[in-house]
Amino acid sequence: MRPVLYVASFLGVMLLAFWAYRENYTTQTMLKDVSALNREIAQMRSTLAMQRAEWAYLNRPERLQQLVNANFDRLQLLPMTADQFGSPEQVTYPPEPLFGLTIDPNAAQDELIP
Amino acid sequence: MIRVPLRPLARILTARQAGDNPDMIERENRRLRHEEMRDRGRMRAEGRLLFMGIAFFRLFTIIGVRLGILASTEPAEPRLALPGSEISANRADITDREGRVLATNLQTYALYAHPQDMIDPHHVATELAELFPELDAAALERRFTDGRKFMWIRKKLSPEQMQAVHDIGDPGLLFGPRQMRLYPNGHLASHILGGATFGAEGVASAEVIGMAGIEKFEDDRLRDPARPEPLALSIDMTLQQAVTDVLGAGMKMMNAKGAAAVLMDVHTGEVLSLVSLPDFDPNNRPAPILTGDPGDSPLFNRAVQGVYELGSTFKIFTAANAIQLGLVTPDTIIDGTAPLIWGKYRINEFQGHNYGIQTVSEVIERSSNVGTARIALEIGGERQKAFMRSLGLFDPSPVELVEAPGARPIVPPRWPDIVTITTSYGHGIAASPMNLAAAYAAIANGGTRVSPTLLRREGPVQGERVMSEGTARDAVNMLRRVVTNGSASFARIPGYPVGGKTGTADKPNPQGGYYKDRVVTSFASLFPTNDPKYVLVVTLDEPSDNTLSKPRRAAGWTAVPVAAEVIRRVVPLMGLRPVEAEDVSGDQLAADIE
Repeated sequence: MRPVLYVASFLGVMLLAFWAYRENYTTQTMLKDVSALNREIAQMRSTLAMQRAEWAYLNRPERLQQLVNANFDRLQLLPMTADQFGSPEQVTYPPEPLFGLTIDPNAAQDELIP
Repeated sequence: MIRVPLRPLARILTARQAGDNPDMIERENRRLRHEEMRDRGRMRAEGRLLFMGIAFFRLFTIIGVRLGILASTEPAEPRLALPGSEISANRADITDREGRVLATNLQTYALYAHPQDMIDPHHVATELAELFPELDAAALERRFTDGRKFMWIRKKLSPEQMQAVHDIGDPGLLFGPRQMRLYPNGHLASHILGGATFGAEGVASAEVIGMAGIEKFEDDRLRDPARPEPLALSIDMTLQQAVTDVLGAGMKMMNAKGAAAVLMDVHTGEVLSLVSLPDFDPNNRPAPILTGDPGDSPLFNRAVQGVYELGSTFKIFTAANAIQLGLVTPDTIIDGTAPLIWGKYRINEFQGHNYGIQTVSEVIERSSNVGTARIALEIGGERQKAFMRSLGLFDPSPVELVEAPGARPIVPPRWPDIVTITTSYGHGIAASPMNLAAAYAAIANGGTRVSPTLLRREGPVQGERVMSEGTARDAVNMLRRVVTNGSASFARIPGYPVGGKTGTADKPNPQGGYYKDRVVTSFASLFPTNDPKYVLVVTLDEPSDNTLSKPRRAAGWTAVPVAAEVIRRVVPLMGLRPVEAEDVSGDQLAADIE
């Protein structure tokens, strides 16, 4: 009985040692992966910051104003004025259903605009 | 345990038979027993000592080995960081209230040299001088060859410049990474942002520190690695641009040498736009001027640092104060016969008018100095001082700019009756346009004190009450009448009822007295008057409208048209709908629509 116990515990120790060895290397690989990912994230962050800065720079009001002036023939953009506010009555809504009948809007359109 | 008997019967009987003394046997046995006990005790003590010795030996061995390992290994940071605990080494961005970037960072490189590694210092010096016109080839070569081991050449390089330096191809030229502060909008909001510069510099990095404005005021917050989220200002970039645009054009048309505008939300005290012209580019902050008046430098923030005598814009405070104290109502009759003689002083009206008997409302409408002085004399100096202090006109603006605390309003040290009189119409007391905007905001929001801020606030702020809602309402109506019937007729904007008060003040001469032909004009306005939401203060420095043969300098001809144009431009941007005629009381809007 005793020799069996010895052999079994020896084998157990060997197994655990093997497991620990593998775990150690898995951990190290993972740490490497993580740091590589972190580096990539940092890289992407700095690229993103750069893009944001560039976006802000290209959208600076001064440049937009120049673009508006340069393209005035085509776009005819002017500063907003108070009379550009509309009222709800100016919005065209779909026609009221006739005699309470529910009409399929597409079909109704076909009828109205032949 | 088996005890050995001290007097074993068998031996005693044998000893008795042999005629020996049986006590000897007992003594013998006793001695043996004691020896045995002594041996056992010693063994136990020795065992304990041994155990302790081994234990201590192991402990010290472990500590020793650990110390040895720590001493002999390279230091390394722990590589595993928990997610969520991210810290940022970058200075936080600054955005406007909608999250549009006003200041951010850019990765760039600094150029330095190790002259001992240089192959051909002469060639490097000539090439660098060709690339960067501000460098001198001869001086560079001298410094490359005088035996130094390290020198900085340039603090910032653009990617193209960096490539060009790479192309020189000398191993003695090296690059150090840098975070550079970038203001993508150039001149826009330059006085708010201030600027940044490098603090301590190393090869691997350099600290970026704020130089002025909010960059310096909030330096600790912006550098805090635990708070990488952007700092949101109360400024709205679109409004800021529109106001800058209009104000710049207005300044040119009115031949002014400077201009300032403050646009403020009256309920929260958030400054939506703060413009001071001329301005500068915070990316390339000019050096402060060393000669002449620092107030003429583009770095000078006229809206916050510029402490001016703001003139008649103060009259409404006198009127509000008197109504609050119950001394008058807007319809009380005041004797405004000019001139008013007080001791050795004569108080005159603008351009020698004489308005005679008039109501309080008309005093404000016509901007009568004498009428205001009479009201102020009824209030008395102490109550006048207390009221003005409660509006924040005696203290520096609490805005988040490093320049703000230095711009203390100039308040007369003593308060005789003549000071009461002059203060009532805004002379002899000087405050910044920001102070004025905060005081008008208190009238506009129904009478609670406003503390202006440049940071975005969540929700309304309830300040301490400085006047009753009725008083505030009366004051707003009086300001409205200035526009409909009085000096600010240019501010009639169809659909938007504006109320406000003009102010024209002669500039003090540093040699004493006042200039005859130099004025500071301001227009402090609030709109829409049926439910005031915003306050706009426009100040022009030395304007003159030269379209007619005689230059016109009064605020009604200079500051008001500019302010009106500003309001026309910003109201649609703020989503304020034009008011229908029936929403506004009486004939006032009819005058606007004309």
